[in-house]
Amino acid sequence: MAREMMYGDAIAAAIIEEMQRDPNVVLYGQNMAMTERDPMLKKFGKDRVRLAPISETAEIGIGIGAAMTGLRPIVELWMSEFLLVAFDQVINEAPKFHYMSGGQVKVPVVLKAGFGFCAGWAGQHSNCIYHTMMGIPGLKVVVPSTPADAKGLMTAAIRDDNPVVYLHPYMLTLDKGEVPEGEYVVPLGVADIKRAGTDVTLVAVGWMVKKAVAAAERLAEEGISAEVVDPRTLAPLDVKTIVESVKKTGRLVLVDQAPRHSSAAAVIAGEVAEHGFEYLRAPVKMVTALDTSVPYSEPMENYILPNENKIIQAVKSVMAHEAVAA
Amino acid sequence: MKKKKEFGKDRLVWMYTQMVRIREFEEAVKRAFIEHPGAIRGHAHLGDGAEASIVGTLSTRRDTDLVMPSYRCHGYPIVLGTPLRKIMAEIFGRKDGLCKGFGGSMHLADPAHHFPGTSGIIGQSIAHATGAALTAQVKKTGQVVFCFFGDGAAKQGVFFESLNMAAVWKLPVVYVLENNQYQAYTHFSLEDANAIAGDPLSKKAEAFSIPGTTVDGTDPLAVYKVAEKAAERARAGKGPSLIESKFYRLSAHGNVITVPPLPTQFPEHEAVAVYGNKAEFAKWKSKDPVVKFRARLTKDRVLIEAGAKRIEDAARAEVKDAVKFALASPLPAPEEALHYVYA
Repeated sequence: MAREMMYGDAIAAAIIEEMQRDPNVVLYGQNMAMTERDPMLKKFGKDRVRLAPISETAEIGIGIGAAMTGLRPIVELWMSEFLLVAFDQVINEAPKFHYMSGGQVKVPVVLKAGFGFCAGWAGQHSNCIYHTMMGIPGLKVVVPSTPADAKGLMTAAIRDDNPVVYLHPYMLTLDKGEVPEGEYVVPLGVADIKRAGTDVTLVAVGWMVKKAVAAAERLAEEGISAEVVDPRTLAPLDVKTIVESVKKTGRLVLVDQAPRHSSAAAVIAGEVAEHGFEYLRAPVKMVTALDTSVPYSEPMENYILPNENKIIQAVKSVMAHEAVAA
Repeated sequence: MKKKKEFGKDRLVWMYTQMVRIREFEEAVKRAFIEHPGAIRGHAHLGDGAEASIVGTLSTRRDTDLVMPSYRCHGYPIVLGTPLRKIMAEIFGRKDGLCKGFGGSMHLADPAHHFPGTSGIIGQSIAHATGAALTAQVKKTGQVVFCFFGDGAAKQGVFFESLNMAAVWKLPVVYVLENNQYQAYTHFSLEDANAIAGDPLSKKAEAFSIPGTTVDGTDPLAVYKVAEKAAERARAGKGPSLIESKFYRLSAHGNVITVPPLPTQFPEHEAVAVYGNKAEFAKWKSKDPVVKFRARLTKDRVLIEAGAKRIEDAARAEVKDAVKFALASPLPAPEEALHYVYA
């Protein structure tokens, strides 16, 4: 059974179901559970649902310590940039304990944060910082693009025995989609083909997935068949599924909301260059944000972001490349 | 009120034994840089001088209470019952080490002995210990977490954030600020606002409206008394306390930082090497907690000379065996490095 749900509600559904299933799951963050009327507080009590002070380093560090000793904390951090004030804990503490202890210690903590809020939040609240975390051994990074994935990946993140950074694009919060009811797990580290195609592979992340799918629909009208691959988990990255798609299509366009060199696209392009070079019939093309901070005013904000037209243009350029070569 | 049995003869002898085991172990680590050059890599940090503080605090510990110190971490698992062989083998980077050679001196972990793990980044483990106390509170285990960190760590933001949250949530944690007087190479009087104002460092507790006490960290029984009070408060659900345990690190911060193939060993203490203050070092050396406690126990006839010597000989033999074990243990196979990336 599935029912239509908004993306944001799908995340909440996963958290509620997991908290019902496992008494070791706790949830805390700033500006939540402030009154006794809070529905999560009513449902799970003040031991398991807590208001935290504005102290990201301690919030995350406490999550790590609690995870090391038997809880499965979800730390609600609201915006990915707030991780930056506590980055030692994210990069140099959480992912290290299992390894440094020779496998004795596990750190099953979920760090949940929205990101990429391109709705006039300007330079410091609209960033995509997943690139800084996707190369950290021991850390898992998840970016769901649909309500169903939002639920299934949150469930998997909570059950995973490793620290997981769960990043949800704020721009998808109100998107609706079919979400399976009851237990639903999307395994971490498995990419999803969101649209099948044969001429070109579009690998898109987060908010960009629906833009890539929309671009693919328009390209279909012109006779170009685009496959859209959503990695869903950036670490560990499902390179195999991406390379297999490129093997089929021979062309790769990467769509990413982050600036060029801090994008997941740059990492994926490197992997394909090494593992899929012989399948490529045209150079890889990256459609990313321009190399600026995110500007406040709307026309400028739109200008620096990837969009359907830029994706279509990029696809046409890789298709044209072969025409020249042939 | 008379103290329970804790101050009985057996207890006092146990305390002295643990202090000697720590001291002998740390001395052996220090000697290894000369006797077995290259056996210890990177940076090792010793707890000589901290014995009374460690053992005094842990004397209040109940069976399942957790212990979470900083990277200067050899002494605590020694008291908790981790075999010295496994600790030494870890410091030597061997396959039979406590962490199979993945962690080394700064990252000992032994969850089976209530020692969940240590961080090498100053102060950050204060948050982890606070999180362990959250687990104890949520799961109602009755555990207290003993969180140890240095005077330097008390200048990190994580200290202030963690103590605030522990106080807000009334978490069962005892914070022991080990004021060993040097943050790496910097004397605490140069970087601590309380010290500069002539106040004890325990004054920081006032910022969180929790009890703050400064204690002579060279006296295990004095430390025991304040730690017991803090542990009782934690167990009663009243929240955290801050103890400034003031003693003196008797060795330098760590072995000299050198680039291979240059050899490294422990240098002279910063007091002498950096500040040229031989008098300060001599003054604190004369307050050596192990020597002081031995004198007290023999004077009080808790121990006779021969008994004290038996304890010391046994500790020396145990440490010698640990070194022998570590040297005999193989190095890990290179490809083992790929293990334990993900759980």
